[in-house]
Amino acid sequence: MTSRSARYVPTILAIVMAVIVLVPLSMMFTVSLNPDEAQIQITLGTVRAFIPHVASLENYQHVLADPHQPFLRYLLNTVIIVVGIVGLGLLVNASAAFALAWGQGAYRKLFIGVVIAVYVIPGESLVLPLLLMMSRVGWVDSYQVQIVPFIANSFAIFLFYQFFTGMPRELMEAAKIDGAGLLQTFFRIGLPLSMPVVSTLAILGFLDAWNSYLWPLMVTRGPEYRPLSVAMATYFTGQQAFWGNVMAFAVLMTLPVLIVYLIFQRWFVASVMSSGVKG
Amino acid sequence: MIQRPPPQVAPAPPGPAASRSGRRSALLHETALIAPAAILLIVFLILPFFMAGYLSFTNERLVPRPIPTRFVGFENYTRVLGDPDFWQAFRNTFYFALLVVPLQLSMSLGAAMLLNGRLRFRSFFRSVALLPLVTPITVIIVIWAAMFQIPDGLLNNLIRLFGYRGDYVNWLGDARWAMPSIVLLSAWATFPFQMLIYLAGLQDIPIERYEAARIDGANTWAQFRYITLTGLRNVHVFVVITTTIQAFKLFVQVDLLTRGGPLGSTNTLVRYMVQEGYSAQRIGYASAIAIIFFILVTTFALLQRVLIPND
Repeated sequence: MTSRSARYVPTILAIVMAVIVLVPLSMMFTVSLNPDEAQIQITLGTVRAFIPHVASLENYQHVLADPHQPFLRYLLNTVIIVVGIVGLGLLVNASAAFALAWGQGAYRKLFIGVVIAVYVIPGESLVLPLLLMMSRVGWVDSYQVQIVPFIANSFAIFLFYQFFTGMPRELMEAAKIDGAGLLQTFFRIGLPLSMPVVSTLAILGFLDAWNSYLWPLMVTRGPEYRPLSVAMATYFTGQQAFWGNVMAFAVLMTLPVLIVYLIFQRWFVASVMSSGVKG
Repeated sequence: MIQRPPPQVAPAPPGPAASRSGRRSALLHETALIAPAAILLIVFLILPFFMAGYLSFTNERLVPRPIPTRFVGFENYTRVLGDPDFWQAFRNTFYFALLVVPLQLSMSLGAAMLLNGRLRFRSFFRSVALLPLVTPITVIIVIWAAMFQIPDGLLNNLIRLFGYRGDYVNWLGDARWAMPSIVLLSAWATFPFQMLIYLAGLQDIPIERYEAARIDGANTWAQFRYITLTGLRNVHVFVVITTTIQAFKLFVQVDLLTRGGPLGSTNTLVRYMVQEGYSAQRIGYASAIAIIFFILVTTFALLQRVLIPND
């Protein structure tokens, strides 16, 4: 029943899919390399908009040298926030999950119940009271306002909890006989063994924090603490007519994520897949 | 070395002092492990949640003012339910979900089946398909803004190529087309996420089932209908519900591209809430919208627990 031409159908469809994905992205690169704004405007709707034909870094120089929109400062802010949320988050959530899995307290059942219950609360419903709280304690326009509220994460606690409860009981008992307390057992056995969960959450947290927009929009006032996502939006609104510069900014913002993706691609796929296992 | 209590769940019998101090240190360890997360969850999640509930019954403002905040009962809720702007945002949000969910899911299921079947350069195509997932959303919005250009942007030239005879489509500036345009962009931006989940689901379907069906003479369509779709039932429920919830949260695309316009045709629940609570500083009123939004999302999330029995 498989005729010769039918064999090519998947390949053709895959190429169509690749074109749909790649055209917008190659348009970003192509336009960013073109220093001639008038020419960009004329060719924006044509094939020349997504097949590179000039290669100039002039737009990139404009972006990096703009004193009002300090790209490198935005990048630094984003990195500080991402590292803060992901790093502290892993430690705090893993340790809590470990206590929930191997501690003795009677509170544990209730705690897990609460963790599962709060998972459904959409962050969007919380931004206003959180904003009110943060402005009353004077945290608005700072790094901590963008990091501290997002360290503890119910999804992360749950994922770690699932992993830790699956660890063999003998391992825990052996550690106990060796005189290790719960803390030491966590740092010497629990955390090192949970690297698959760590990498999953690090990748998802990295993507989340790199994309976060609504909260930083509300709590930052200027370039000092503003992350790239909000800066990209402001730059776009301010430079409407200068597609070359806007696209250069976009490429510079995408590159770090793209590089991380290309290096950790296998883990990327696994982590997104596992995030879908449980709601 | 200090003697530790035996490893058991039941409390250790009252023993020598050493064992009691051991138990105390065990308690100390456990507290040290759990306390940071517990405190952070209470302060930054549970407290704001109850605050949102409380604020929705007051006339709180973002910036303190001389007149003290007052308890207003259900006034905010009755006003929200009689507010035409709220209902427009409500309808827009559902309209968006209704359009984007089927489009996005057929794109992601199609791509997943393609990547799961016999395909040359499979890993190359998979890497390409995942690119939107790693492109920051604000970047995606900016690129699409360029493609939506009028009158001669890429999309306008494309529809002309396919035979469109009109002048041009004002993608973001026409109240009829603004939301569908946002739908296109959004489906492109996040379909790889659902694609990966479908891919995981497809890989769980045993290949023998297809072989058995082929021996029984089932054609491709029957195989798709009775093995693929049936085998993916729970995955479907999960993906439909999470995608719908994600769609309800639509904000950044419309905030950046249309500012909710034209004529409010792309204003969404989240954007209306932010507009009222942040821009207009009416925290009390906006909290009522936040609570309604919370109820909406929770209803759909609970639906998933009902529909997937073995969860």
